[in-house]
Amino acid sequence: MLIRHKHKSDIPASEITPEGVYLRRREFMAAAGGAALMASAPSLAALSDAAAEDSSRPAWMRKAVAARGDGAPDATDATTPYTDAIRYNNFYEFGTAKDDPAANADSLRPHPWTVTVDGEVGRPGDYALEDILKPHPLEERIYRFRCVEAWSMVVPWVGFPLGDLLRRFEPTSKARYVRFETLADPEQMPGLKNPFTGIDWPYTEGLRLDEAMHPLTLMVVGMYGRTLPNQNGAPLRLMVPWKYGFKSIKSIVRISLMSEQPSTTWNDLAPGEYGFYANVNPAVDHPRWSQARERRLPTSLFNPNWRDTLMFNGYQEQVAGLYKGMDLRRFY
Amino acid sequence: MARQARFPARHGWLVWVAGLLPLAWVVWRGLSGDLGPDPAKALVSHLGWWGMVWLIACLTVRPLVQLAGWPRLFPLRRWFGLLAFTWLSLHFLGWAWLLLGWDAGSIVSEIGKRPYILVGFSAWLLLLPLALTSTRTARRRLGRRWQVLHRLIYPAVLLGLLHDFWLQKSGYGEPLLFAAMIVLLLGWRWHHSRQRGGPASAA
Repeated sequence: MLIRHKHKSDIPASEITPEGVYLRRREFMAAAGGAALMASAPSLAALSDAAAEDSSRPAWMRKAVAARGDGAPDATDATTPYTDAIRYNNFYEFGTAKDDPAANADSLRPHPWTVTVDGEVGRPGDYALEDILKPHPLEERIYRFRCVEAWSMVVPWVGFPLGDLLRRFEPTSKARYVRFETLADPEQMPGLKNPFTGIDWPYTEGLRLDEAMHPLTLMVVGMYGRTLPNQNGAPLRLMVPWKYGFKSIKSIVRISLMSEQPSTTWNDLAPGEYGFYANVNPAVDHPRWSQARERRLPTSLFNPNWRDTLMFNGYQEQVAGLYKGMDLRRFY
Repeated sequence: MARQARFPARHGWLVWVAGLLPLAWVVWRGLSGDLGPDPAKALVSHLGWWGMVWLIACLTVRPLVQLAGWPRLFPLRRWFGLLAFTWLSLHFLGWAWLLLGWDAGSIVSEIGKRPYILVGFSAWLLLLPLALTSTRTARRRLGRRWQVLHRLIYPAVLLGLLHDFWLQKSGYGEPLLFAAMIVLLLGWRWHHSRQRGGPASAA
């Protein structure tokens, strides 16, 4: 079916763009001529905003992100340009259009930040972000990111395995699920004032405990070698690379260990369209569109850049075992 | 009617040309990167948005004429209607070309499998005979039947609205605005036809 690498999900090292190049690609294009300059004007604005934001983060956090190790099993099809990853976001707390979060997320204040840990844990409490992160060495992992809307990116995240974090709070024997909650502060998030989203804030997501403990499941604090921009879920977000993007909840303020399956935002909103599992699966269509293919961003006006969607987003070898014997058509 | 018809009865095509000017702007934005990393998708929704805008504009002409008592504006319906048809044809072609790459198999299966696409396509099909009979000659030749035929704009605009609602993941802001305008415009007609005691006439 595919060319076999050590892991089928691996992205050949030769296809990875070096950091200096992916951060500067648009600037380079801008220098290439008048038309290219016009082309990259919005990207350059986004880039300088992101740089300013990054330099406003606390020094300890910038240092931690900069000192990241190389988390081994990655490699990707070419990485999505940084400027695209920071201006094409679904983060309805800042508006429902793709460019709303980049325009509106300035009002988010990710520092100081507290995460409440509760439920079936031996060590519940309110933890400062610094205490959450302190013991964990950060690593860079390049993951495919597949949105349920049938577009995808390839992003170098900086983070650490969620499982390492959960173990510190000593889950009890009753813990079977993890529930996550995003900040819901209308002062900081103008999208919460929109009465037409139909969403019952705060945004919540959940994982089965074995999914949460899987080594691919990442707590993310940075991307492209920098701290997370606000619109990408600063200061702390989840990344579950074999699930549709909406599972990878942003700007997390609460982590709860549960004995029962938690309710989750999109599943509540349209249970026939968005399941609790939401594993990337080309064989199970969304009721309103096909999931067999995806458009790898950036596309161009005349090239939609379609590619076949891979089972479990290409991480089948690592995660298929979690779902042995399950009817994935029923548990979509 | 005045013996020497003035704008927009004459040179009404200028309205059509002016109404297409945003096309150049939006295509330029798509080519220059200003529509973001998924420009074809953004362009196709822009085309559909303009189509809805001109459909609604078409429905505002009769109330405007009757409220302002300015029948000279009536010919605008033709040009607004043609603008709606043009933008929506581009919307359909843009979808088939830029998003599906003229792949006939995908085009047919998407129309058949996705109800919101079928609904949008039906709306466009309803507008097709209206565009073809938009000339003065066709109008004269069809006589009374022309009025009846052109009532197809009502189901077309409602199907277009349904298509727009159906596309939303959540957040009904923009289609709600369209819906409010359509309800207002159709409500106004219903109210008037009751007063006159006759059936609603063409848009």
